[in-house]
Amino acid sequence: MPPRAYPKESRALLAGRPEVRESVTKAALHFHRNRARAYAEVPVEDWRDFAAQVKAHVLSRLDRYLEEAEARLLEKGAVVHFAEGPEDAHRILGEIVKKEGVRLAVKAKSMLTEELGLNAFLASQGVEAWETDLGEFIIQLAEEPPSHIVGPAIHKSLEEIRALFAEHLGTPKDASPEDLAAAARRFLREKFLSAELGISGGNFLVAETGTLVLVENEGNIRLATSLPRVHVAFVGIEKLLPRLEDLAVFLPLLARAATGQPIGTFVSLIEGPKRPGEPDGPEVLHVVFVDHGRTAALADDEAHVVLRCIRCGACLNACPVYRQTGGHPYGFVYSGPIGKVLAPALLGPKDAYPLYHASTLCGACAEVCPVKIPIPKLLLTWRERAVREGLTYPFERPLVRAYAEAMVRPSAYRLASKAMRLFPGVLKSEALPLVRAWTRLRAGLEPSPRPFHELWEEIKDEG
Amino acid sequence: MRVALFATCLLDQFFAQAGVATVRLLRSLGVEVDFPRGQTCCGQPAFNAGHWDEARRMARHTMAVFEGYDYVVLPSGSCGSMLKVHYPELFEGLGREYRRAVELAERTFELSQFVVRVLGVEKLGEGLKGRTLAYHHGCHALRELGVEKEPVLLLENAGAELVPWEADRECCGFGGVFSVKLPHISVAMADRKLDTLPEAEALVSTDAGCLLHLAGRMKRRGKPIPVRHLAELLWEARNAA
Repeated sequence: MPPRAYPKESRALLAGRPEVRESVTKAALHFHRNRARAYAEVPVEDWRDFAAQVKAHVLSRLDRYLEEAEARLLEKGAVVHFAEGPEDAHRILGEIVKKEGVRLAVKAKSMLTEELGLNAFLASQGVEAWETDLGEFIIQLAEEPPSHIVGPAIHKSLEEIRALFAEHLGTPKDASPEDLAAAARRFLREKFLSAELGISGGNFLVAETGTLVLVENEGNIRLATSLPRVHVAFVGIEKLLPRLEDLAVFLPLLARAATGQPIGTFVSLIEGPKRPGEPDGPEVLHVVFVDHGRTAALADDEAHVVLRCIRCGACLNACPVYRQTGGHPYGFVYSGPIGKVLAPALLGPKDAYPLYHASTLCGACAEVCPVKIPIPKLLLTWRERAVREGLTYPFERPLVRAYAEAMVRPSAYRLASKAMRLFPGVLKSEALPLVRAWTRLRAGLEPSPRPFHELWEEIKDEG
Repeated sequence: MRVALFATCLLDQFFAQAGVATVRLLRSLGVEVDFPRGQTCCGQPAFNAGHWDEARRMARHTMAVFEGYDYVVLPSGSCGSMLKVHYPELFEGLGREYRRAVELAERTFELSQFVVRVLGVEKLGEGLKGRTLAYHHGCHALRELGVEKEPVLLLENAGAELVPWEADRECCGFGGVFSVKLPHISVAMADRKLDTLPEAEALVSTDAGCLLHLAGRMKRRGKPIPVRHLAELLWEARNAA
């Protein structure tokens, strides 16, 4: 489903599967409260300022940092590729698969590989590929896209997961969460040990040292990137950090923003493939830098700030709109507040329409963003651009013009005010679409018996 | 001190008594209040929907109406933030008009913030003794204007008890045009507010939009409690003293 289907999809989900709202709200509020507590323990405003500045700096010199990162990666024995979009990424991965004779691949959780549609591509090449993050594994079994950047299966209830695992892994129908995790672990352990290829994303890539940084809680990324003979990492070009020491802020900030942890349980710093004498690690390391719309976004005077995003999901957890449905109705890999501003930046305002309208502009997202992306401001920017490009509802333009026309004429405003009281049925009429949209789910509007501007005439001379 | 009341169109039409309360409250605090007759709508619905040309027309009209007053006071956080935060954005790079917008922004205040910060009044009276109220922090008041402590302080200092409400800082789902563009999401958000609402004799907020939406949803669900505009409670706090 494309973003255009958001109104229909979100309505259908709320009406047809109310349990999704319950699961998502519960999990997102859990993350949200943990984040609030974790932020309060540290000088988080200083950290956020620092992180925002570092990211802004990197983006202002991205070409230079990419060259530096490439040089360091090559020195350390990695193979470096640049992919403009999914086609390039598929070609590069296809060549590696062929050359290395890959039949089985294990995947670390990566939103970028979702963006690139790598699972479907691998299947088309006859490669068996398994997601090894528990949440990703669950939605892979369910054949669904992720519903959340950090918790992809956030929308799934325990009952649904039990049923999935019973069907695919043969676990008992009343298995405990621990039993389910153990079953997934047993199943995936086999895959880790026999896979020829490990695929990961990258949380950060340090330019001065060529260090690929991966953060996780389950240990699956460590296995996926060290057991198979070949490791391919897909990294968005915006993921660069200048210095290793920047991690001192970015690692704890990411963990606190995402889940409220002081730091991720496992942090892998990967520099090149296995060196002579080292017992672990892949023989070959490929790093694929992916553009997929990012360079175009970078050239946008206002929208480029979305490229600061470190994919922590804090804005999703904070968002009361997201919490009603989870990520599926958005029709884009990235959902929630950041999805609403990444979609127009990466796809263009037309293909992202009307996601950037799906917000009350409440500002809860900007309040928590670890890199201070001004999401509400960007939403307004895209709305303004959309109107200029003619992306509006039918009759929206003439209606807004008529409304503005009336509001710059106080006499017209007062006439409308009188008319509303002479014909009170208008505010309850099911025949008018806008009125109906209000009254279907709420009681009808009751104006005050007399508007204040009339009452003023009576009280203006009071003492 | 000459203060212009910007009643805002929603309050003018749906909470007219809150306008009366605002005037009486300010006068009781020694403020000379005027209600410029040319006022209409601040233009926020057009602005939020991306129709900035139309929003600028309404903003120009509003800026002209409120010229020459020491302060402009609004019993609304949302329209207040339109004037204070977004008018300058609307006229960015437009020289004289931008300066005019900034100048208006500087003398514009939401009612409770005006009372506490400009007038320096923290206790209006004791007229709310024994009252149990639930306070909804409207998003634009809270996050764009920083109206957070002021309404709470004024209500509590007048003797009201504000019930703890886990969702008191969450958006109610109104969002202006959002409420009719995506009504199902809008009311699901209201339901989250209402499902967590503790027992209270009234639901209070500084924004007419939030109150209309929450009241409408409460009525549709059944067992509604009264919704009251903050200005009415503040006048009661003062008047009964």
